[in-house]
Amino acid sequence: METIKAKKDKIRKLTGSKAMVQALEQELVRDKNIIVMGEDVGKYGGIFGSTTGLYDKFGPERIMDTPISETGFIGAAIGAAAAGLRPVVELMFVDFHGVVMDQIYNHMAKIHYMSGGNVKLPIVLLTGVGGGYSDAAQHSQTLYASFGHLPGMKVVAPTFPEDIKGMLIAAIRDDNPVVFMFHKTLQGLGWMDQLQASLGPVPEDAYTIPLNKAKVVREGKDVTIVGVQMMTIEALNAAGKLAERGIDAEVIDLRSIKPIDKETLLKSVAKTNRLVVVDEDYLSYGITAEISAIMASEGFHHLKSPIVRLAIPDVPIPYSRVLEKYVIPDAQDIINAVENMITV
Amino acid sequence: MKNNNKNDLLQIYRTMKTSRYFEERMEKAYLEGKQPIFNIGAGPVPGEMHLSNGQEPAAAAMIVHLTKDDTVTATHRPHHQAIAKGVDLKKMTAEIFGKKTGLGKGKGGHMHLFDPTVKFSCGGIVGAGIPHAVGAALANKKKGEDWVAVAFIGEGAANSGAFHESLNLAALWNLPFILVVEDNSWGISVAKKNSTSVPSNDIRAKAYGIKGYLVKDNDPVEMYKVSKEAVDRARNGGGPSIIEIETYRFLGHFQGDPELYRNKEEVPTLRGKDPIERLKNHLLKENLATPAEISALENKVYEVVDDAYEFAIHSEYPEPNEALEDVFC
Repeated sequence: METIKAKKDKIRKLTGSKAMVQALEQELVRDKNIIVMGEDVGKYGGIFGSTTGLYDKFGPERIMDTPISETGFIGAAIGAAAAGLRPVVELMFVDFHGVVMDQIYNHMAKIHYMSGGNVKLPIVLLTGVGGGYSDAAQHSQTLYASFGHLPGMKVVAPTFPEDIKGMLIAAIRDDNPVVFMFHKTLQGLGWMDQLQASLGPVPEDAYTIPLNKAKVVREGKDVTIVGVQMMTIEALNAAGKLAERGIDAEVIDLRSIKPIDKETLLKSVAKTNRLVVVDEDYLSYGITAEISAIMASEGFHHLKSPIVRLAIPDVPIPYSRVLEKYVIPDAQDIINAVENMITV
Repeated sequence: MKNNNKNDLLQIYRTMKTSRYFEERMEKAYLEGKQPIFNIGAGPVPGEMHLSNGQEPAAAAMIVHLTKDDTVTATHRPHHQAIAKGVDLKKMTAEIFGKKTGLGKGKGGHMHLFDPTVKFSCGGIVGAGIPHAVGAALANKKKGEDWVAVAFIGEGAANSGAFHESLNLAALWNLPFILVVEDNSWGISVAKKNSTSVPSNDIRAKAYGIKGYLVKDNDPVEMYKVSKEAVDRARNGGGPSIIEIETYRFLGHFQGDPELYRNKEEVPTLRGKDPIERLKNHLLKENLATPAEISALENKVYEVVDDAYEFAIHSEYPEPNEALEDVFC
């Protein structure tokens, strides 16, 4: 259950990055065992603004800039967590995890299991995901499914500032390793596209939002559109235009990649009987495949038409604006898919 | 010094002897069900088995200086390191037999032993435990404790990225961290001279501005002295060290290794310099123990190890569906 207890008069509009900073700041005050480590998290405040101002407030002992030694500092976070600290570690871009995957999937994710539950690793791994701003193949991926595939870590990817704060606090308080993906375009940074959705109401007091629940962000009866982060935003834009044409779409923001909230997905499709899944990750073996498989095996009788999967068509993210726009699904792709599904 | 010396050297002897006898029994247990045709997945102890016979001084003579509050991260060849750190021998043996009573309830096996009560862990990925010890050292420093963290690796891991990244971090943050390199000359089949650009890894300490030591010819007494200096320095805020010890691998990389890559005379020569025998002779020669004391100590060791095997062999296997537990807490 969501536990937002803040009073209305203490709700302010914040960007995604400011919501992250507020969550971190409140938790750093609450628990002295929390440390923040990573590249440029100190004076710079995080390349995507997730630690702005924390260095000045908490100092270099708790907000630690690291060398470009991902195996070193993420491995150190594992050892520090086993020794009683609660490290929050940022690795700038999800694309950079190739150099440190051993520490993540062989150690961080498996030690609790291999120890028979005797070693707990309360680590939050923060990382920026997503494209849409011509940063090309090595700085634009989401890799949601790559992390969701591997057992032993929770993987979350919230969209709206309110969820970003509540889920980050929940992640910090969780005794399991949590990979917390923030979408660069949803951080509300002054040097990127300005999206209305990257600014939203955030309660001032600390609160938690569960790490295993999807959220219905628009109710409808004709079709269910499931998205994550920017694809949720595209789905909402599509739903607005579809409404003008008499199609009432329900939009679900997945929020949690692992574990996945089957219940909310099945309940929605039981009502709408149609499903479109939109993903800013690669098509094959990804979120669109996972959700389709859930529907095929547990919700098949609800479906009136074949499921539609929209995702990056198994190519690296290209640089040139026209090429990138072609491969990342958008509202128009969703509208086309839904209109093909439904004869109004 | 003399008295401490005596107790410590006896403790080192006890640890080495425990490890050796534990592994001699393991060698036999491992072969059960694997003869006449060797099948790695058969018998009461399936999977890979990396034994440390000959390498005991590296662990025993370092860890004698540590307490249960100090952290040790170990390798895929972890038995001597685990035994030296005081890991519960019954639970450790049960884990290797895949039993419910094991350290990891049968989910880890011989390369993945975790005993947080004595701050011991190991793992099957070469070099990966180094940054874990750096992190433990960081936590110790932040908590204001004088606890140290020691990572054990083989000489092959000294050529991994984790080695370089971890030493740079440990030195940069002046952490109470010690890296012990057990140079057994072989990275599976590749000789050290064919994998490593320097004759010994203590030289590499210079690259990080830290202290490096080389212990020659698997000498337990020298390892004991050098380790004391490194541990004292780390405890007193003096920062990290690398200790490389030239040690012996009496057996193959893993059990079943045909060892076609090494000269037939190598192992008999090494066995002729068995460090356990050398330490026993030292204890007797220096009048630190009588033959009767040594014999009593050894009998106790056999009893403790035999008890651990009894416990493991007679423990229950987990229920199959326990495989689904402990992914998350």
